[in-house]
Amino acid sequence: MEYGFTTAAYVVAAVLFILSLGGLSGQESAKRAVWYGIVGMALAVFATLVGPGSGLWLLSIVLIAGGGVIGYQLATRVQMTQMPELVAAMHSLVGLAAVFVGLIAHIELGRVMAMDAEQKQALDGFAKLLAKKDGVEVAILRVELFLGIFIGAVTFTGSVVAYGKLAGKLTSSAVKLPGGHMLNAGAAGLSLIALIWYFNTGGFFPLFIMTLAALFIGYHLIMGIGGADMPVVVSMLNSYSGWAAAAIGFSLGNDLLIVVGALVGSSGAILSYIMCKAMNRSFVSVILGGFGGAAGPQMEVEGEQVAIDADGVATALDEADSVIIIPGYGMAVAQAQQNVAELTRRLRAKGKTVRFAIHPVAGRLPGHMNVLLAEAKVPYDIVMEMDEINEDFPETDVAIVIGSNDIVNPAAQEDPNSPIAGMPVLECWKAKQVFVSKRGQGTGYSGIENPLFFKENTRMFYGDAKASLDQLLTMIQ
Amino acid sequence: MKIGTPKEVINGEARVAMTPDSARQLQKLGYDCAIESGAGQAAGFSDATYEEAGVEIIKTAAALWKASDIIAKVRQPNEAELKRLNSKKTLISFFNPGGNEEGLELAKSKGASVVAMEMVPRISRAQKMDALSSMANIAGYRAVIEAGNNFGRFFTGQITAAGKVPPAKVLVVGAGVAGLAAVGTSTSLGAITLAFDVRPEVAEQVESMGAEFVYLDFEEEQADGASSGGYASVSSPEFREAQLAKFRELAPEVDIVITTALIPNREAPELWTEDMVAAMKPGSVIVDLAAEKGGNCKLTVMDEKIVTENGVTIIGYTDFPSRMAAQSSTLYATNIRHMMADLTPEKDGQVNHDMEDDVIRGATVTHGGEITFPPPPPKVQAIAAKPKEVAPELTPEEKRAEEVAAFKAQTKNQVTLLAVGGALLLAVGLVAPASFMQHFIVFVLSVFIGFQVIWGVAHSLHTPLMAVTNAISSIIILGALMQIGSGSFLVILLAALSVFMAGINIFGGFLVTRRMLAMFQKS
Repeated sequence: MEYGFTTAAYVVAAVLFILSLGGLSGQESAKRAVWYGIVGMALAVFATLVGPGSGLWLLSIVLIAGGGVIGYQLATRVQMTQMPELVAAMHSLVGLAAVFVGLIAHIELGRVMAMDAEQKQALDGFAKLLAKKDGVEVAILRVELFLGIFIGAVTFTGSVVAYGKLAGKLTSSAVKLPGGHMLNAGAAGLSLIALIWYFNTGGFFPLFIMTLAALFIGYHLIMGIGGADMPVVVSMLNSYSGWAAAAIGFSLGNDLLIVVGALVGSSGAILSYIMCKAMNRSFVSVILGGFGGAAGPQMEVEGEQVAIDADGVATALDEADSVIIIPGYGMAVAQAQQNVAELTRRLRAKGKTVRFAIHPVAGRLPGHMNVLLAEAKVPYDIVMEMDEINEDFPETDVAIVIGSNDIVNPAAQEDPNSPIAGMPVLECWKAKQVFVSKRGQGTGYSGIENPLFFKENTRMFYGDAKASLDQLLTMIQ
Repeated sequence: MKIGTPKEVINGEARVAMTPDSARQLQKLGYDCAIESGAGQAAGFSDATYEEAGVEIIKTAAALWKASDIIAKVRQPNEAELKRLNSKKTLISFFNPGGNEEGLELAKSKGASVVAMEMVPRISRAQKMDALSSMANIAGYRAVIEAGNNFGRFFTGQITAAGKVPPAKVLVVGAGVAGLAAVGTSTSLGAITLAFDVRPEVAEQVESMGAEFVYLDFEEEQADGASSGGYASVSSPEFREAQLAKFRELAPEVDIVITTALIPNREAPELWTEDMVAAMKPGSVIVDLAAEKGGNCKLTVMDEKIVTENGVTIIGYTDFPSRMAAQSSTLYATNIRHMMADLTPEKDGQVNHDMEDDVIRGATVTHGGEITFPPPPPKVQAIAAKPKEVAPELTPEEKRAEEVAAFKAQTKNQVTLLAVGGALLLAVGLVAPASFMQHFIVFVLSVFIGFQVIWGVAHSLHTPLMAVTNAISSIIILGALMQIGSGSFLVILLAALSVFMAGINIFGGFLVTRRMLAMFQKS
């Protein structure tokens, strides 16, 4: 079909995508926003299938449908707690697809360049587009597809590693090969040399070297970032996959790819920025991996952790008027959100004020806790952000910390030598009583001792979060 | 150490500060207990029951004061009693420190520690020692009973063979502890109960007790009761007018009025005027719990019951708790016992007068030869948070100047960014071919739109946002679709794989997002 129709469809699709992202500003409009995204995507695929430059559309449809079935299975079967892994895994697919598309562009470019003018006339589809390019344009095209492959490859291995860490298949602590940042810098330098080489010769070999280097960078970069920073990593990878799409869009001359790639890229970047700000961490140091070195010895934590049993917690809850619950990744791991929700319902039925305090980086995805609580049917208007609720702790009778650690660590405020010094934290220790539901006496994800557990008004409620809450629920009727 | 309780010296006071039960608890704290012979008689506790509880009976007041290290009593002590204090003794009692300067001076000159029960701060931890509340609770209950005693009809409405009886209508003014207790008693007796308070936030409590809250048609920023420690404060003249107008409207309807309006350290406000009394039906009853402070009704005579010309009974008793001496003694003795528990953290029978403790500091009015009244504000904020510090009001000029400065800074920022961005774009445009620039402009604009749109996304929706951008990033499928039809087998294979993977991502991404969003719900 004509080029004009495809362009028109692209414009509509682009507008729909923008509305889709913008619509996420509120819970109600978000439901509509997803449909905008779906319709936009359907329109874009349809317009490309019927537009110029495509072929084998039957095969394409079969493949999309096949992918769709798998995607459907994945999306409906996955537990809400596994959402971070799923998102990371899906990023890796986009990254790999970007690498493939870039490679194809290279192969086709080589084929077309080898042809004479007559053969070029006979071409159709994507090759025809390439055939029209002159010298400068071909040079630019090489840079573009090079970038596309580079970013795609980084995204691919990065996402795979992130998936492994989130799914618990790889160690969550920061691991660096000997050489550390120098290795990354070396690989990046190698890629740069390969770019110049490729720019001048157009051969496959430099492209291959760069791909390997990029795959290594993706792997090593993300391996070097600790589990606590995973929310930032996932959103950065999200951003990368967008930039990869945009770069590919340039090399294919497809405006919709550019528009959407740029949208995704910038949104991911902003999200990462917002999260880094919430943790009071430098964006660069998170992305380059790990915590910065501590400036001095950390404060010694004095005192001891005092344990309490479910009976004691139940009594305290019974006497309390206001309760604030601080969920963390431990709640997600133990799948305890339903029990937390049930506890909330029972306490609310007794006329107590129950609210949730959500730290911006609680969990392994931004907004992770909100999604889990929503799944368990906790009304979202009692779920507060850190800034909304932090001042209310001194008037709160009981604060319950369920499976979070670093985000309630007073060392961030009290110990200037702590690795997390200056990070805003939920000041739950100002509540009259604090209960910490925790598996054992170990340290949190970032491996830092938490003085909260040693405070006088803190009682440790040891055990798996779900089992502990089960026990507690039998005592609160 | 020994805790002793003398007989109350004021005529008609039937309460006693120690009961056999509280004595047993005090002994667990390590104290010896003593009581003046006959002190509990009026409250129904005989000397024998005390003896059974291990309390030493001392014949005379003088001997008791001499033998005891800690003296617990109910009423404000008189001069003779205070003279018996010395620097080793502690007195726990109602003391009225605000209006009892001579008493304070005398206690100070004796060097004794005096804990005034009415000064216990109103914080949650101290509620178990809040004797004012436990006494007010009794007063509220008793006020209704007293009113019923003087009211010639049923409280509850009945339809009997002998005719229909309308229910009594009770108005409770002031919904403090006493007011709420009155509301509860009155509703449980079956009367239609209305309640009023100047603090609109207590409406919920009133309604929870089954009464109807009387709202005024009045728009005014009410001082939050919490800012004054949970007590009512003085209201504006306009508000008072609106309030009186409402009462005038209610006066002919109500059968029983119970007024409990007291403002700390002030004369009771006049809320029930003479014309309202005149408008009431004959046989109606007014119980004025504020009689001691002059009464909420000016016709009230303290400690007496009068009947007006139009047949309205006005009760001005001030000894409601004493009229239920057994009950009030039990509660008061428990309050004292809790106070002693706080004074004896080691449970070793030795008083540890910790002036760092908010509750003890607040209640202590003389200690170590000093008058320690009034206490500093408690470190722990009481019932509710202080209203947030309001930023000092800026003058219009200052505001304007600030706005201008902010505007200038913003303009400078934006212009710099635009200039740099524009220069970069131009530089690229100089070398790059037109076909590239077309796409490049689209790219830059999209990045810009992306930045603008994402800032507005709610924090709780960041995960759905990520899922949606993930789904959308599978737009890479377009590239694969464009290439799949061209060239060699290798190309087709790679492109097909890309289409397949992107397909997974499209469906997976959008479905996951929808699943997440479907879960968000309001309460």
